[in-house]
Amino acid sequence: MENEASGALHDFRHGSAESFEAAFETLFHQHQGAVFGWILRITRHPAAAEELTIESFWRIHQAHARFDPAQGFEGWARRIATRVALDWLRARNRENELPLENCLELIAPAAGDPAVSAEIRSKTALAFGRLPPKLRITATLAVVEELPQKEVAKALGISVTAVKVRVFRALRLLRKELERQGIRP
Amino acid sequence: MNAEKKDELQDFLRQALPPVNSEATPQRDLWPAMQRRLNAKAEQPAAPAFSGWALFDGALLAGLVGLVAIFPAAIPLLLYYL
Repeated sequence: MENEASGALHDFRHGSAESFEAAFETLFHQHQGAVFGWILRITRHPAAAEELTIESFWRIHQAHARFDPAQGFEGWARRIATRVALDWLRARNRENELPLENCLELIAPAAGDPAVSAEIRSKTALAFGRLPPKLRITATLAVVEELPQKEVAKALGISVTAVKVRVFRALRLLRKELERQGIRP
Repeated sequence: MNAEKKDELQDFLRQALPPVNSEATPQRDLWPAMQRRLNAKAEQPAAPAFSGWALFDGALLAGLVGLVAIFPAAIPLLLYYL
């Protein structure tokens, strides 16, 4: 399995046209689940995550000449998938749509604090959905998904300090928006 | 915003948006759709020989030739600015 993976990576970067296509298929099957899961964490929308997974692999296919095997395929694919998901969030923001429909079955059940009513949760989610996409994506990964800031920074192609700044700004904007609606967290 | 308030807000946010199930996988194999995408690109006709910029350059050149044909006295002025 490991040999197959390293062979696929070699052919993906240096192989002939035929071996490149075979390597791409192998890598697609190996990583589609991880890329889908990563995009789902950002978008929280399974149908969109499927489409965006295909879009991510399409960009990977087009950019294969820039792949550096020393950096590893997974991290590279994750960075591309993050950019694809960010583009999607920006387009959704422009269309004024909210990101929380059709995804309830794949989201873990809420912790169920009775002090936080369903209405307040819903308003918080909607307010969060209106944050600028760059802040939202960072806060989603670092706060909601509780991923290490270093991992978030790597996926977004920014420094750990920039992640902290974006999380701070996202939470400050969210607090302001909630206070405007009369909700005091 | 102090640390305590920040933690409270983070907890509040996690209540509203619980983490996605990390075991989630696509509900179908995405490879057939990927193949269709790759094949669609391969079957696309080649890009036209003239891009937008080439057409724009051509129009400018045609305009310049027309100007010189109508006002030959403008030739020294054009040469001065070239």
